[in-house]
Order: sequence, then C-alpha cells, then structure tokens
Amino acid sequence: MKILVALKQVPARDSILEIDSSGRTFNHTGLQSEINEPDAYALEAALQLKDQQGGEVVVLCAGPEEAASSIREALAKGADRALHVLDDTLEEWDPLSLARLLAKAAETESPDLILTGLQSDDTGSGQTGVLIASLLGMAHATIVMKIEVNGRTLKVKRELEGGWFQYVSMPLPAVLTVQSGINKLRYATLMGIKKAKSKEVKTLTSKSLGVPAGHKVVLERLSLPRKSKETVMLAGSPAEQAAQLVEKLKFEVKAL
Amino acid sequence: MASYRGVDYLLLDSLFSEEEKLVRQTARQFVQDRLMPLIQACYREGRFPSELIPEMGELGFFGANLDGYGCAGMSNVEYGLIMQELERGDSGLRSFVSVQGALVMYPIFTYGTEEQRKKYLPELAAGRLVGCFGLTEPGFGSNPGGMTTRAARDGAGWVLNGEKTWITNGGMAGVAVVWARTDEGIQGFLVERGSPGYETSDLHGKLSMRASVTSSLAFRDCRIPDSMRLPDARGLKAALGCLSQARYGIGWGVIGAAIDCFETARDYAKVRKQFDDRPIASHQLVQEKLAWMITEITKAQLLALHCGRLKDAKKLEPAHVSMLKRNNVRMALECARLSRDLMGANGIMEEYPIMRHMCNLESVFTYEGTDHIHTLVIGENVTGVAAYR
Ligand SMILES: Cc1cc2nc3c(=O)[nH]c(=O)nc-3n(C[C@H](O)[C@H](O)[C@H](O)COP(=O)(O)OP(=O)(O)OC[C@H]3O[C@@H](n4cnc5c(N)ncnc54)[C@H](O)[C@@H]3O)c2cc1C
Repeated sequence: MKILVALKQVPARDSILEIDSSGRTFNHTGLQSEINEPDAYALEAALQLKDQQGGEVVVLCAGPEEAASSIREALAKGADRALHVLDDTLEEWDPLSLARLLAKAAETESPDLILTGLQSDDTGSGQTGVLIASLLGMAHATIVMKIEVNGRTLKVKRELEGGWFQYVSMPLPAVLTVQSGINKLRYATLMGIKKAKSKEVKTLTSKSLGVPAGHKVVLERLSLPRKSKETVMLAGSPAEQAAQLVEKLKFEVKAL
Repeated sequence: MASYRGVDYLLLDSLFSEEEKLVRQTARQFVQDRLMPLIQACYREGRFPSELIPEMGELGFFGANLDGYGCAGMSNVEYGLIMQELERGDSGLRSFVSVQGALVMYPIFTYGTEEQRKKYLPELAAGRLVGCFGLTEPGFGSNPGGMTTRAARDGAGWVLNGEKTWITNGGMAGVAVVWARTDEGIQGFLVERGSPGYETSDLHGKLSMRASVTSSLAFRDCRIPDSMRLPDARGLKAALGCLSQARYGIGWGVIGAAIDCFETARDYAKVRKQFDDRPIASHQLVQEKLAWMITEITKAQLLALHCGRLKDAKKLEPAHVSMLKRNNVRMALECARLSRDLMGANGIMEEYPIMRHMCNLESVFTYEGTDHIHTLVIGENVTGVAAYR
C-alpha cells in the first residue's frame, strides 16, 4: 500500500509570537518550527500501517525552504521519500488553491491512502484534507481516531462531539484527516536520522505542477487574543463545585 | 513533539546542521518523556533507572559515534549533543552512556580483535549487555600509572589479582574492561561477569550521583583466556585514550546540567517576589548572576562545539580535551551554586533539580581527571614542564 502523508511546518506550539509591522504576519526570525501536531499523528498512523502491512510512506509538504527540516524529521522517523512543493508565498494562499496544489502533487504518486492532520495549528481552517479528497474524487473521513485496512476497504473510527464516536467504512483510495493524540509518536532514532540523509526529496513547484498561484482570500489584520482577568465564583455543593472546576480545567484551561 | 527550546543566547543554533538538531531533539524528548518522571524518586532511592536501557539502545545512544557493529555512526558533534541532553536530565544517566560508549565500546572497537568486536559491540550497542571500566584503585586515583592490579601469564591464559574501585556500572555490568600491570606493561582485559574469582560489590552512602551504580571490583586468582585480552591496549596511554573520549563527552554533558540550573533559576527569579512586590529578577545582584551564567554557558557551548568540530577533523588533542573538561565542569558547578543561591530555601529541595545537579557535578569535577590534574595538563602544555610530581 502506498500512503501519502501531507504535512505542514508550523511555528512551535510554545512560541512567543510577535506581529510584525505590516500587521498581517508575525516575526519569523528566531522562531522554532515543528511538524504541525495532528500531521505528526497522521505520519505515525501511516508508519504503523506500513509496519503492519508493508508498503511505502511518501511525505508531501508544501512550504518554503525551511520546511525541509520537517521533511527530514519525517524521513528520519521512517517515511521512505518525500515531495517538497517549494513555495514561500503559501501563507497568502487560500485553502482551495492550496488544496489544488497539493492534490496535483499527490496525483503524481497515485497513492492508495492520503493521510493528513485534521487542521493546522497556525491557520486552523481544517479544509485541506477534505478539499484534496473532493478534488481527487476520493472517499474521505475527518477527525479520524483509528484506521483499519482490510484489502481495498477501510474502516475508521471518527470522533464526534460529546464523547460520541462513529465507525465508517469506505473504499480505497481515500483521504483521512487525523486527530491529535490517537497514537504514540515515535522518536527519530539516530540510525533513522542517518538514513534520512540519503532518502530522496523531490522538489516540485506550482509552476512545474501547472497550478496557478492562489490569493483569493486576503488577510487583513492579525491580532493577539486580548487577555482579560475575570474571577468566576463557582456555586453549588462542594461536589458540584469540584465537578465544575474539573470541567473548566479540562476544557477551558486544558490543564488536565 | 514540542520542538527544542534551549539556551541559545548567541544564535549558536545556526552553527548546527539539520541532522545535528534532529539528534538533539530525539535525546531531549527522550529525557523529557522518560527520565524526568523518574529521576526524583531514583535519586532519592539511590537507584539507576535501568528500565531505560533497552530504549536507549534502540534509539542508538550507546557508542553513537562509532561506526558499524550496530552503532549509529554519528559525528562527534552529534554525540556531544546527546551527552548534553542526557545530562540536562541527570549526570548519572549521562555517566551510564559515557561509560558504555566511550570507556567500554570504544576500547573494544579500537584495541580489540575482530572477534571481540563482533561478539560484544552489537550487544553493548543494543543495551542487552552493560559494560564498566576498571582503572581506579583504592590506592591509585589521579595517578593510575601506579596501579597494583596484576595480570600474570598462566599457560595460554592470564590470572588477575587486585581491586578496582569507584567503578561506574560495576555491579550491573556483564563485561568489564580492566586495566592491569603485566610483565609487558599495563594492558587491557575483558572480564565477564560470573568468571570465577571475579566479584563486585556496590558502594552505598553516596551523596552524589545517586542515580548511578558505583562499585568495587575484586579479582582473586581470576583466570581468563588470552582471547579476552585487548591486543592493542598496551600501556597506560591506551587507557588514557578511552578517558579522552569520555572527557570529551563530559565537556558537552555538563552544559546540559548548567542549562537546566540556569533555566530553573531564571524562571524562578521572574515569579518570586520580594520587597515591594517586585520579582527578584529585577534586582541588579540577581541579574548579575544570571548574566554571568548565560555568558559562561555560551562560552562553554562554543568551546564544546569547536572541540567537536576539531574531533570530527581528527585534530583534537588530549590537552584540548583537558581545557574543555576543566572549564565546562567548573562552569557548570558554579552555575549550580549560583542557581541554588537565587532560589533561596527552595533551592535545596528535591522538587527542583539544582541540588541534584550540584551534588552530581561534584563527582564530575573529580572523575575522569580531577580539576587539578587537567590544570596540570594545560600547565604542562604551555610550559613544557610536567608538575604532577
Ligand atoms: C561517581 C564516580 C564514578 C567513578 N567512575 C569511575 C569508573 O567508572 N572507572 C574508574 O576507573 N574510575 C572511576 N571513578 C574514579 C575517579 O576517576 C577518581 O576518583 C579520580 O581519578 C580521582 O581519584 P581519587 O578519588 O583517588 O582522588 P585523589 O587522586 O586521591 O585526589 C584527591 C585530591 O588530590 C589532588 N591531587 C592528586 N594528585 C595531585 C597532583 N599531582 N597535583 C595536584 N593535585 C593532586 C586531586 O586533584 C584531588 O583534589 C569514579 C569516581 C566517582 C566519584
């Protein structure tokens, strides 16, 4: 089975972001980047499928030159080779144009399965995977927690709201967008890092793929969330207060 | 997969390759995920976290800068970065990996026969076998050339008699690299656990390196075949060759301990308030200490990196390594002491890593050539006069 994993490089989660003078983007100097978190889980899911069934894992990444470090990391973890669609204007592309670019690049590989994260940690539009599926006429499922492949059929577990799950089956080829935290991420072993040096990274461009640059959506202004301090008094019996507190720590503060 | 956040005042990251940064990230994450949840209890109980050995083997940490025989074939800079991240966790973990790689695998790789390499290196690389290095004796520490452990020819084999002490990993090692005096000068031997006449006993009551096993090795008419001799390990120089490898790793490792102390103290100073509700970080005396630490850490990083590049170019001399070990260990110990001071009473508690690093670094100051001995190596290098005796 050939699995394509579309991954994006984003600023590291704990970065301190400063909006630059244009007001439309942030200062990139000195920022650390990493593989978009849900994409890292998509990669892990792909590597686990390969461990079980054999086949090939190909990484697809559209981004500037610097994204090469995330591609290397994916190769070091065990992906076989990569496609890098080199472009440093992608930040200004709208999701549909970007999906056209990725779909075109994906097409050159005719994968059985395309995995990607359910959304990116930076822009968070959550459309890329679904749009790719639609452009390529493939079946798809979003917020996937578990993947089972039986021959040419997929069975996946999807996360719904309020603790509900849905199981769906679909034929291959298909596109799945993967939820964070569904598996245990592996480390890049030192041997893997060494091996990655000699793995193939094919460079493509929007021009070589024949995809016009897309700027349908214009970003007007970025602003940091306003911080406000607000004291909330929890009412009720001690047990009720504790339950409310746990709720807040879990879902608002995300500390639990 | 939190990316690497380190202390990088001078943008030194621009001097590392993508691979080097990936190696550092793997070591960093491993320490963060696996060691940090354990280390406080391990240190308190005086226990080495041996459950981490197999995974460290899988990741390629043992003998990482050796090539072939199941080793990862990393550069010396990459190896150094692994040491830094391990010691950011705990000097005991770094010591384990130093001994396994630089003091056991390196001599087998460098001075051993092809059969010895094939037999031991893959097992040691995978962590299925643990090794130790026996040079120091009760009567001979800084001056190992005076050793009294003897190996005498006995038919086709050898008989070992004597005692080694302060041996890291001794009690848990399946194989020991042992240095002994012979009629042909000092030589290196491999002794397997369970050999008749070979016994180990662990040292208890250490107030430093508590998450590391330190033992004594006793040899009483311990007979081993000649195939257990490292044929090219002749003279004290061969033993010192191993120490040079390990000291190089220490030069990097202690930077990790220093960084951990600095970051802990800096973060604390920003939130701890005294006098008029001001964070202690706003006081000039506190800032002076933080400024000293970050400057010294940065200089130590540059020194280590330069030595690493020299080593990769095969131009690193033992006298260079002495400067690296001496400077960086002193620096780290001073950072630990200053950090302890900045944290006030909290600085002495086990919830913070400072006291643990400080106590560990007292051992690091002494082992692998004391601070004095490296001072004398540097002194000899610049004057041509050896001042050891
Ligand atoms: C935790 C730990 C782990 C260790 N692991 C190992 C191991 O795995 N294998 C191994 O072989 N050894 C190991 N050692 C031993 C270590 O290498 C020795 O402790 C070290 O070489 C110093 O020897 P010593 O303790 O006998 O001190 P001494 O040599 O007695 O030194 C005491 C003091 O005298 C000073 N001194 C001695 N001679 C001179 C001189 N000529 N000029 C100026 N000052 C001098 C020293 O600098 C020091 O300050 C370990 C030690 C520790 C603490």
